[in-house]
Amino acid sequence: MGDTIEKVSIIISKGSLEGIYPGLIMANGARAEGIEANLFFTFFGLDAIHAKRLSHIKVAAVGNPGMHMASLIGVLPGMSAIATRMMEKKMEDFDIPGIPEFMEMIADTGCGLYACKASVDLFGFAKEDFIPQVHDIITVGEFYGIAAGGEIIFT
Amino acid sequence: MSVETIAGRDIQLNEEGFLTDPSQWNEEVAVELAHREGIDALSDRHWEVIRFMRSEYETKGSGPSVRMLGKTSGVSIKELYQLFPKGPAKLAAKIAGIPKPRGCI
Repeated sequence: MGDTIEKVSIIISKGSLEGIYPGLIMANGARAEGIEANLFFTFFGLDAIHAKRLSHIKVAAVGNPGMHMASLIGVLPGMSAIATRMMEKKMEDFDIPGIPEFMEMIADTGCGLYACKASVDLFGFAKEDFIPQVHDIITVGEFYGIAAGGEIIFT
Repeated sequence: MSVETIAGRDIQLNEEGFLTDPSQWNEEVAVELAHREGIDALSDRHWEVIRFMRSEYETKGSGPSVRMLGKTSGVSIKELYQLFPKGPAKLAAKIAGIPKPRGCI
């Protein structure tokens, strides 16, 4: 057997749909391969575990060259919602769950979910604001402790 | 690819240890493959998942993803990971003698 990855800790720092999904897919995929995984949510990434916000995660319609659409059109009211709906429809066709279901599923795989203390304090959140699957609010030092011995991926 | 003697039969395996010919599989082969993966005894729940994997493969041509397993096999994702800690879809497919499911989810 060659080199194998035994453990990954993935940081999600963005609050857009395209900012959140890659980290979720990588964490879930790690667990599917039997790799130990942890997710650490920081800054706007906290929206992915925020009980009232995770159902309303949107694609960035402005300043996102990947949309192949002029930002001038992206600023129109509702554009982000339309783009998000189109994306979600497409993802469901490819068996990719919505963020609320995905978060639940990832927690069920045994992946650890953690919120960054500095960001939680900054935004004035508390543990009760998050989905119950969140294990803990931890400092960056504690994160390194949890991530020790594995790979760290920042998204 | 290699040929190994498993449960008294010559079985063809690929580099990752998956059967290349699902028709070479039987329950004794499953028991020995499970042993190799660190599962000492296959419970009724293990068998439920293994049989489900095989029937999915036979009807659809590929094994289901973990998400689909959780939704359709009658075994929750949490329990799937307890039964097959090293990855339910991957490990159950290996023990069930079918190819490794290739989905990302």
